[in-house]
Amino acid sequence: MLRFVARRLLLTIPLLVGISLISFLMIHMAPGGPISLTTDLNPRATAEARTRLEKYYGLDKPLHVQYGRWLARMATLDFGESFSPDGRPVAEKIRERIPITLTINILSMGLIFLVAIPIGIYSAVRQGSLFDRVSTVFVFTGFSIPTFWLALLLMILFGVKLGWLPISGIGSLEYQSLTVMGKIADRARHLLLPVLLAGFTGLAGMSRYMRSNMLEVIRQDYIASARAKGLPERRVIYIHAMRNAILPVITILGLSVPELLGGSVIFETIFAIPGMGQLFYQGVMARDYPLIMGILTIGAFLTLLGNLLADVGYALADPRIRQG
Amino acid sequence: MSGNAGIRRDFARRLLRNRLTVAGGLVIALFFLVAAFPALFTSQNPDRIDVATILQPPSAAHPLGTDDLGRDVLSRVVYGARVSMKVGFVAVGIATSVGLVIGLLSGFYGRRVDAVLMRFVDIMLCFPTFFLILSVIAFLSPSIVNIMVVIGLTGWMGVARLVRAETLSLKERDFVAAARAQGAGTLRIIFRHVLPNTLAPILVAATLGVAGAILTESALSFLGIGVQPPTPSWGNILTVGKNYIEFAWWLSLFPGLAILITVLGYNLLGEGIRDAADPRLKGR
Repeated sequence: MLRFVARRLLLTIPLLVGISLISFLMIHMAPGGPISLTTDLNPRATAEARTRLEKYYGLDKPLHVQYGRWLARMATLDFGESFSPDGRPVAEKIRERIPITLTINILSMGLIFLVAIPIGIYSAVRQGSLFDRVSTVFVFTGFSIPTFWLALLLMILFGVKLGWLPISGIGSLEYQSLTVMGKIADRARHLLLPVLLAGFTGLAGMSRYMRSNMLEVIRQDYIASARAKGLPERRVIYIHAMRNAILPVITILGLSVPELLGGSVIFETIFAIPGMGQLFYQGVMARDYPLIMGILTIGAFLTLLGNLLADVGYALADPRIRQG
Repeated sequence: MSGNAGIRRDFARRLLRNRLTVAGGLVIALFFLVAAFPALFTSQNPDRIDVATILQPPSAAHPLGTDDLGRDVLSRVVYGARVSMKVGFVAVGIATSVGLVIGLLSGFYGRRVDAVLMRFVDIMLCFPTFFLILSVIAFLSPSIVNIMVVIGLTGWMGVARLVRAETLSLKERDFVAAARAQGAGTLRIIFRHVLPNTLAPILVAATLGVAGAILTESALSFLGIGVQPPTPSWGNILTVGKNYIEFAWWLSLFPGLAILITVLGYNLLGEGIRDAADPRLKGR
């Protein structure tokens, strides 16, 4: 197992280098380089700001030296200072915003797991039944519906018409004065719609995936032999078949990290949730390049981490992978 | 040649037997019509501002209501179809071409070429696509052309992997060895023997890709970093809808329905082609 993890870690090194190279080149890809971008678009940029930026990027040095220095800063999570008026370090801004984004994404992953797997298994076992057909329609709608539109509809329904749920932010105005239980309830009410929406698309994909895995497994010889030796059908399905069908799902959970992160831009913007997605959106709107590059790089690292965890998790669950 | 025709007829028959696939195809045909001949579906000018008819609910004169500048929503949705179609097709065209070239090179030449190209695919896949698209748009500027190119250039990795896998297995087959023994060159083998056999999976990926590109464009336009007003797109009509969410539901409902139905059409057609091309996978 240790050897597997070590080999897998070694494989991520070229990926890390590649990610950093692409991020680095992207700053330079911009017409006129990073300096003209920041100063031309910002009328208040002074000669002093220009020299400071030049120093930050080390633009007077050759490209490979610049890359080396930039890499060293990345390694210490130094993304420079934000262009916004507060001029705070990008790393600090991101650190404040990550917890809420991760909370919502982890909750929605939990939701995906709890709902999608039973749906997938049940529709595979009862292939062609009414339940299977209804869930197929649900799955296709889930793939096709624009999340932000669904968010608008739910806001109109639950927020405006029924008035049951708040439609923006993560806490009420009187949040500070609430009791502990009150705070938890308030936070939960605010997060309910975002978590549902964050999980919705993933839900469709996962239940479809689970269904096809299950259909595949049910046709295997060992399922036939489990039936042949007289095991009850429940045991065959829920122990023998399900265990094997669920394995690849671990990988999919890890692989869904980039989609969830991308989705967070949309739902955090719509629901005014102060997370990393909203920060990124604000950065894009303000052309705050250090912030954009910082979040893009962190997003890529989180994705890489998700892939790594998925592989290791899979290897833990399935000895065949470890040997391979 | 008659053998090929027979295969094609079988394929078409399987495709038409699936009612959902046919429904998807019809939806797409309808939207092609709308995008090509918008004047058939609305007599209004989508850009005509009229202060006398601001934010009116659906009526006989304006079947889908009017927006905050008094413009007819139906005509804006109809003309918005053009944008969606254009973005969908150009973006997928770019993604498919890039993916095809990289996949073919990788699968056919193998070894070092394959190792380098596939690592590049892995690296690209590490960037959350939506983050990547937003970053590039921030460096350039939001316009229809930039969006099509960016969506295309961030969406080719799936096709590349698919084409590579198909090429790898095809080039070991006997018929390719036979062609080579007869003296066929690399290009002839690629175009005559490998490419035609990868068409079905590419077509499936491209059809599903159009659905994804339309969704991405609408999300970008909704966030204000896609198609810029006054050019109508389904996404940017919804931006206005969000601002008046409390009293103008029609602004939020109809453009979203247009997106949902179109994207659903492409997804159903894509799945249908997959099933028809490989009946063994039916129902998975």
